[in-house]
Amino acid sequence: MESFLTASIIAGTPLLLAILGEIITEKSGSLNLGVEGMMLMGAIGGFATAYYTDSALIALLAAMFCGGLGALIFGFITVTLRANQTVTGLALTIFGTGVSNYFGSGFVGKVVPEGVKKSFAIVKIPVLGDIPFVGSFLFTQSTFIYLSYILVIIAGIYLYHTRHGLYLSAIGENPAAADSAGIKVSLYKYVHIAVGGMLCGLSGAFLSLIYVPAWQENLSAGRGWIAVALVIFCKWNPFMTFIGAYLFGGLDIVGFRLQQYDIHVSQYIINMLPYVITISMLIFASVRGKSRGPKSLGLNYFREDR
Amino acid sequence: MVKILKRKEISHGGKIGIQLASIVFAFIFASIFILMTKNNPVSVYFSMFQGAFGTGFRFKETLINAIPLLITALGISLAFKMKFWNIGAEGQIIMGAFGASYFALFHGDLPGIILIPLMFLGGAVCGSIWGLIPGFFRAYFKTNETIFTLLMNYIALNFITYLQYGPWKDPDAYGFPKIARFGRNAVLPNLMGIHIGWIVAIILVAWVYYFLHFTKSGYETAVVGESENTAVYAGMNVKKIILRTIILSGAVCGITGVIQASAVARTLSVNISGGIGYTAIIVAWLSGLNPVIALVTSVLFSAMVQGGNFIQLSHNIPSAVADILQGTILFFVLGNQFFINYRLQRNK
Amino acid sequence: MDTIIEVRDLEKHFGSVVANKNISFKLKQNKVYALLGENGAGKSTLMNMLSGIYKPDKGEIFLKGEKIIFSSPKDAIKNGIGMIHQHFKLVENKSALDNIILGQYNGFFVNRKKIREKVMGVCEEFGLSIDLDKNIEDMSISEKQTTEIIKVLYRGSKILILDEPTAVLTPQEITNLFRIMNNMREKGCTLIIITHKLHEILEISDEVIIMRKGQFIEDVITSETNEKELTDLMVGESVDLKIERVVVPDGREILHVKDLVVEDRDRIKKLNGVSFHLREGEVLGVAGLAGSGQKELCETLNGVIKATSGDIIYEGDSLKNKTPREIIEKGVSMSFIPEDRLGMGLIAPMSMTDNLILKNYYKQTGLYLDRKDAVIQGERLIRDLQIKTPGIHHPVKQLSGGNIQKILLGRELDTHPHLLITAYATRGLDVQSSHLIYDEINKQKQNNVGVIYVGEDLDVLLELSDRIMVLCDGEITGIVDATATDREELGFLMGGKKLEEIEGAKHG
Repeated sequence: MESFLTASIIAGTPLLLAILGEIITEKSGSLNLGVEGMMLMGAIGGFATAYYTDSALIALLAAMFCGGLGALIFGFITVTLRANQTVTGLALTIFGTGVSNYFGSGFVGKVVPEGVKKSFAIVKIPVLGDIPFVGSFLFTQSTFIYLSYILVIIAGIYLYHTRHGLYLSAIGENPAAADSAGIKVSLYKYVHIAVGGMLCGLSGAFLSLIYVPAWQENLSAGRGWIAVALVIFCKWNPFMTFIGAYLFGGLDIVGFRLQQYDIHVSQYIINMLPYVITISMLIFASVRGKSRGPKSLGLNYFREDR
Repeated sequence: MVKILKRKEISHGGKIGIQLASIVFAFIFASIFILMTKNNPVSVYFSMFQGAFGTGFRFKETLINAIPLLITALGISLAFKMKFWNIGAEGQIIMGAFGASYFALFHGDLPGIILIPLMFLGGAVCGSIWGLIPGFFRAYFKTNETIFTLLMNYIALNFITYLQYGPWKDPDAYGFPKIARFGRNAVLPNLMGIHIGWIVAIILVAWVYYFLHFTKSGYETAVVGESENTAVYAGMNVKKIILRTIILSGAVCGITGVIQASAVARTLSVNISGGIGYTAIIVAWLSGLNPVIALVTSVLFSAMVQGGNFIQLSHNIPSAVADILQGTILFFVLGNQFFINYRLQRNK
Repeated sequence: MDTIIEVRDLEKHFGSVVANKNISFKLKQNKVYALLGENGAGKSTLMNMLSGIYKPDKGEIFLKGEKIIFSSPKDAIKNGIGMIHQHFKLVENKSALDNIILGQYNGFFVNRKKIREKVMGVCEEFGLSIDLDKNIEDMSISEKQTTEIIKVLYRGSKILILDEPTAVLTPQEITNLFRIMNNMREKGCTLIIITHKLHEILEISDEVIIMRKGQFIEDVITSETNEKELTDLMVGESVDLKIERVVVPDGREILHVKDLVVEDRDRIKKLNGVSFHLREGEVLGVAGLAGSGQKELCETLNGVIKATSGDIIYEGDSLKNKTPREIIEKGVSMSFIPEDRLGMGLIAPMSMTDNLILKNYYKQTGLYLDRKDAVIQGERLIRDLQIKTPGIHHPVKQLSGGNIQKILLGRELDTHPHLLITAYATRGLDVQSSHLIYDEINKQKQNNVGVIYVGEDLDVLLELSDRIMVLCDGEITGIVDATATDREELGFLMGGKKLEEIEGAKHG
């Protein structure tokens, strides 16, 4: 059982980071469908940098840079040039896929260098790792995964307990109110779209440096789209990403496990569950008349001088 | 300081000028990536052209790959005209293929003349049902269709995977998880060297154009898309119009699935759609939702992909350049809308 | 008492429209100023310039003697000017506390306890009470308004602008608001209240600034004036427009509206027990300040919104539960020109022909949508109404506002309605075009059409209508014979005085 949970967390981590990134983006009122593209850009950026520098830290920074860069393109086109967010996000996915495959073609078959591998090796956290049951799967993981825990907590504290986080959610709900309160709406949007992209880039780096680990075409295998959907499942709450990501990570691998217990449910029917659940949540929210997402999500805001 | 002012009007020529300029800029920007491989962008673009249209065979391939793009873009245009953001074309294609495959696999002994229309019917119906589910909730509860249709894609994908590995697994495939190949009766015949999907495509181009510009239903679709308030004021039954449009949109996308399953893959598999549903959104958008322009755009996009594959062999440049080009063109075209609507003025 | 704000020669244009011109006045501390003016007088524009939302094209603003230029609302807030808008700028799903301190946190982390203490201090100082933890979406309008006021006071605003604050309050809540305003005045604030309710102006303000047609008219001391003088200043001199009034005698009654009540989504009564009759061949003018219920009246009559209670009897049939299409078929035609002119009734990116077929396209049989007739109709309308357009197939949003209105009205008139409802038909039109419209309406009268004409210009209403119905806050304050009334009486009615009171005053 512990090994299943351990594997679930590992499988869920790329989702965790991507969902977290998209939550931050969407809190600002921007719907960035380019998650897949940003993940891939971060994956190749991280992998290539790791390969040449053998430094885990620089690789992570590079991954964040690449993801953030993709996000900034989206930000510029939607915030400043006021284009349709849905289509721009799709364009980013295609562009990001192309750019990452382009640079990645030189890295097919290459291996993650030893230094980086060591930096991300599994480390058991003292004291916490000795807690029976929980300690083995929560606190005996790669350092990258610990990083992801910390990021979630930082994000949660940021969004609910700092002024920037509270301003951000005001922008997502009612940009006009935030603007009239003197908050620089465009600046916040840019920053948080970029941060969201950086987290997606990290997600990609996890895939290329730890999960697979290698660069391949279609490395993300649609996880970016799943992350977008799971943002709703997590109700735009960073702390919920633990549940959403690991649940799906677990579902991803549960089919094979169930077979051990002689339960024959098709893996693929199980795979459908998160989507069905998310759809149910969507329907439930709109039937009740209350949308739970940021009210201005998907809408571009600008102060009209009449 | 630069001030942003709304433009009062822009000439038709000015609009086209800006759009063409943006495409040119896109090509220039993308050539940066080509230069990085120490190649001459102009010669590379020329080779891409050769790869897409250079020989009769290549030309045919380009057209064959343009067909599903075009048909799906048409289906998407119908929905987009009403501002229903149908991101679920991918799933509707898959379910369309499913509908067709049902008849092909279990009634494969019917004569082709009956079987093929049945397959089209089954595929169209399955595609529309797939679109109708999110559509219903949008019409009655204003549920966000962007995410809903997206999620439906994944359910469809998993459903086919389930069939492929489970109930529909071909027992004669030596353990490989795949679905049986269709019998001859279920395969679309060729005309002029290409499967008759191209005729279906052309018919649909004409039909969608006619529908949008010359029928009452098309008119209603456009009015609802522009302003639901005005539609109500004019006495239109908005819910009925939304549902009708989505049924048609899903049906057309479903037809793409029928064609791909019957003529190209000759079976059903998880790769039956392969991202066409997403690329077609871009084709539809770039074409301004105009069916005739979509015809040209889908051929050009298919050409980009073909060309990309070609230069991989000829210049050893990753075929991903085609994706980069597509994405860049889209970025620039999306951005140019700003310059069409606004102009910049320098503030003293 | 020093001058705290001075404005000199303020001017603001929007394209070719002059919203404010030659505005100069001084405001002192510890005073309440009322800003009075008809719709379109330029009050909102002026206040938006003072609060940093708009930038003046000409003129200067001085704060305590120093010249100030606001580049954004934040500057105005920093300088102590706070505006409480008619449409609240609150984040619905957050608490009052979170909204009050929006944009005002110091430090990176938020210390809610300290902030709460500070906010409660402000509340105590000004005598305000609010449940700080209640979410905005659960609040009444009065509570939301109080939150906005605290928001502004928390930022240290000493100059507060309130835009039509009493429009949405009950009498008790208004009394409470005035108590708060008096408190603020005592504490050294300067308040500007935009309102059209004369009795409130007399009750709460120290001075009244009157605006008309974008210009500053006069600044009077409240204790030295009265309602009549204020009304006269607000509406100005009568202008003879030389509109012919056609009299069509003895038409039979075609419309009877009975006790119509219409509530909006927030359960606010937009129409509260409206009853009136209309005869064929008659023009019933509808006067009233913006937001008095005219829009809701029009939309209910043509079925776009449903009445909460009451009935609409047209030609013997109840229209209450009919769909818009059924109502159109019965010969009722409604055209409402909203402020942005394209909101309803016309589709901006579509051509003239596509807009002309909006209401009758469905009558065509078969699949094909024949636009030939619409083309002919369009060409005829261009001639008859002198519409300036680059072409019949160009999107209508490229046309000027006036021409767009002509298309809209032309389309409606072509449906040969029996009941014609038109709102703001001549909004922004030049004199010549306006007269074309008046002539059309008279023609309709002679064809025994009943006309409900909702308008802003009192002179037009006086010359064009047979009777005039005045709405104020969703109720009818009076229905008068157009030949037997005048601007002053209409002004009183628009301000909320009931007809019986005026009659009483006349004979008393």
